[in-house]
Amino acid sequence: MGKHYISRRAFVKSAGASLAAPALLSSRARAAGGAFKIGLVAPFTGPLAAFGEAQDWILAGVKDAIAKTGNNGKPVKIEFIIKDSQSNPNRAAEVAGELINKDQVNLLLTKDTPDTTNPVSDQAELAGIPCISTNCPWQPWFFGRKGDPAKGFDWTYHFFWGLEDIIGSYVGIWDQSGVQKVVGGLFPNDADGNAWGDPKLGLPGPLAAAGYKLIDPGRYQPLNNDFTAQIAAFKKAGVEIVTGVMIPPDFATFWSQAAQQGFKPKVVTVGKALLFPTTLDSFGERGDGLTTEVWWAPSYPYKSSLTGVSAADLCSSYEKASGKTWTATLGFSHAILEVAVDVVKRAKNLNDPKSILDAIAATDLQTIVGPIKWTGKPVKNVCKTPLAGGQWTRKNGKFDLVIVADPLSPQIPIGGKLKLLG
Amino acid sequence: MTWINAVVQGVLIGGLYAMFAAGLSLIFGVMRLVNIGHGDLIVAASYLAWAVVHATGLHPLTSLVIVAPLAAAFGYALQLGVLNHTLGKGILPPLLVTFGLSVILQNGMLLIFTADTRKLDAGALETGSFALSPGVDIGYLPLLMFATALVVIAALQFLFYSTSLGREFRAVSDDREVAALMGIDDRRVYASAMALSLAVVAVAGVFLAIRSNFDPFMGPGRLIFGFEAVIIGGLGNLWGTLAGGVILGVAQGVGAEINPGWQVLAGHIAFFLVLAVRPRGLFPRIS
Repeated sequence: MGKHYISRRAFVKSAGASLAAPALLSSRARAAGGAFKIGLVAPFTGPLAAFGEAQDWILAGVKDAIAKTGNNGKPVKIEFIIKDSQSNPNRAAEVAGELINKDQVNLLLTKDTPDTTNPVSDQAELAGIPCISTNCPWQPWFFGRKGDPAKGFDWTYHFFWGLEDIIGSYVGIWDQSGVQKVVGGLFPNDADGNAWGDPKLGLPGPLAAAGYKLIDPGRYQPLNNDFTAQIAAFKKAGVEIVTGVMIPPDFATFWSQAAQQGFKPKVVTVGKALLFPTTLDSFGERGDGLTTEVWWAPSYPYKSSLTGVSAADLCSSYEKASGKTWTATLGFSHAILEVAVDVVKRAKNLNDPKSILDAIAATDLQTIVGPIKWTGKPVKNVCKTPLAGGQWTRKNGKFDLVIVADPLSPQIPIGGKLKLLG
Repeated sequence: MTWINAVVQGVLIGGLYAMFAAGLSLIFGVMRLVNIGHGDLIVAASYLAWAVVHATGLHPLTSLVIVAPLAAAFGYALQLGVLNHTLGKGILPPLLVTFGLSVILQNGMLLIFTADTRKLDAGALETGSFALSPGVDIGYLPLLMFATALVVIAALQFLFYSTSLGREFRAVSDDREVAALMGIDDRRVYASAMALSLAVVAVAGVFLAIRSNFDPFMGPGRLIFGFEAVIIGGLGNLWGTLAGGVILGVAQGVGAEINPGWQVLAGHIAFFLVLAVRPRGLFPRIS
């Protein structure tokens, strides 16, 4: 019964080799693969599922265009691997890690709220894999990941608008209303609410500069059952404009209680809650005339670089296929694929992550959500897309988002004049 | 006047909490089962009502004629088929199984109804109100909800203490073995209790759906106040649950009047104070 001893030195050597092996393997596999692998992480289940809902349909629509893609004249086979974040940041990080280590993707894409974009971008940054993200205001993506404006990030790039665009669009809506410049703010105690209500970086400063008085009763807990205190404070201060960043159930509770307690603001401009037409449908008549920011709409004067389809046509074919009304996330679900394919076309060496990264940084593309070009403004790694202010109008029981203000992006056509709430 | 208004609205919200909690209280009273899936069952009832309203065109409140019996039948089957097997094996199995039920319900609803938020339209009832005094407006819907909570609890109370089914409920609650010796089929009694609980859940679900938007994932958020109302009022006491809901609602209303950030905290503080002073709640029935 002789025991076989391994000497300490031999053990350290072999252990070191086995630890190093995965890294060697991964770079070899990534270099040798036939197909160019693109991983996409988005929420398809869970509370954020509405954002990811149309992604499969979008991907099916661009399949032919992607099949024809070449790289510097040579054909490339592009393979998409789609992963569900389950609306959970931990899960998003986990599947991003899987895509990087197991599937050996060459490029990562991620979209829909900081809960998805941030953990995936962090994983990409850590692993040195190029990553493009969208559908999340740039401040939570950049500062939420402790980004330093002087340095920026190495591997992760983002396109969307920011809080300053929201404020600009909202003031654009209110300036044409002609009502008392007293604004009531409804900010929840969550990442968005705290960012919007922040005295330094949020709404209070710019609103004061634009001549508006902000009544902010304080942060409420999301899924609130009672807005009596806020309504009382707004009534007392003579509030005629209500704003905030709310989830749909909270806005619905507030809006019913406001009616019950006799509070009738002239303009209600709320972010997040009024994004999806299905939410408006649930308000019925009481949704008519509510205002919100417009991320993207059929009237945006852009078309796809992949298929040539216009914003209006993309929306109408989605409506035909799904039987649902278009949503603003459609454009971004499409545009992120446009940017990815454009990068594949231009990269000098598809097997070299650095080369892919250079191609991302050099992007100059007219997409369905507007021009994408990372110029270093507002910070490195962030490119802004145009935002406007819109009003939901109800005709024959169907809601339509009409653009009423475009102070920061005059290229977006105005669809109508603001109507005050009755 | 704002303070009076805060208290009045808080009392009305208390009716909502009591309705969320009544089914929970009933189940705990009869079989000591803590139903983690209670909030999701409420949301499932909201979806059921939504489907019924869209298929038949009934008024949301009238849809209860169909929704409540369906929910009760589901409750009966759920108890008989699943939950009965978890009882009598300690506190953990029912907790785990109802937690699993909660996850299954959430994702099942997502699959069937998608993540879109929905709401039931009850027309003018939703926004109508009358002025009790200047500065204190009472909405018809909150008032109706409070009244319904009163009726539901009174009916449950009557059933518990004045009918033979109620006698069986109390018997198995007091001592399962002895009740079984007396010829009571405890499994069927539990199933009846769950059916009753889900009928109350159906009422809560319809009001939830009229009151605000709902989506497949908002159940757990509704559960915490229900639990607190049950504990404040005392375990197993239905009127206590109503009192617990009202205390919670008023504490939150007054807290919000000081600062909206205090709203939820004030409710939790009230809950904590009750627990600290009277660990078994204000009006406990079960020792």
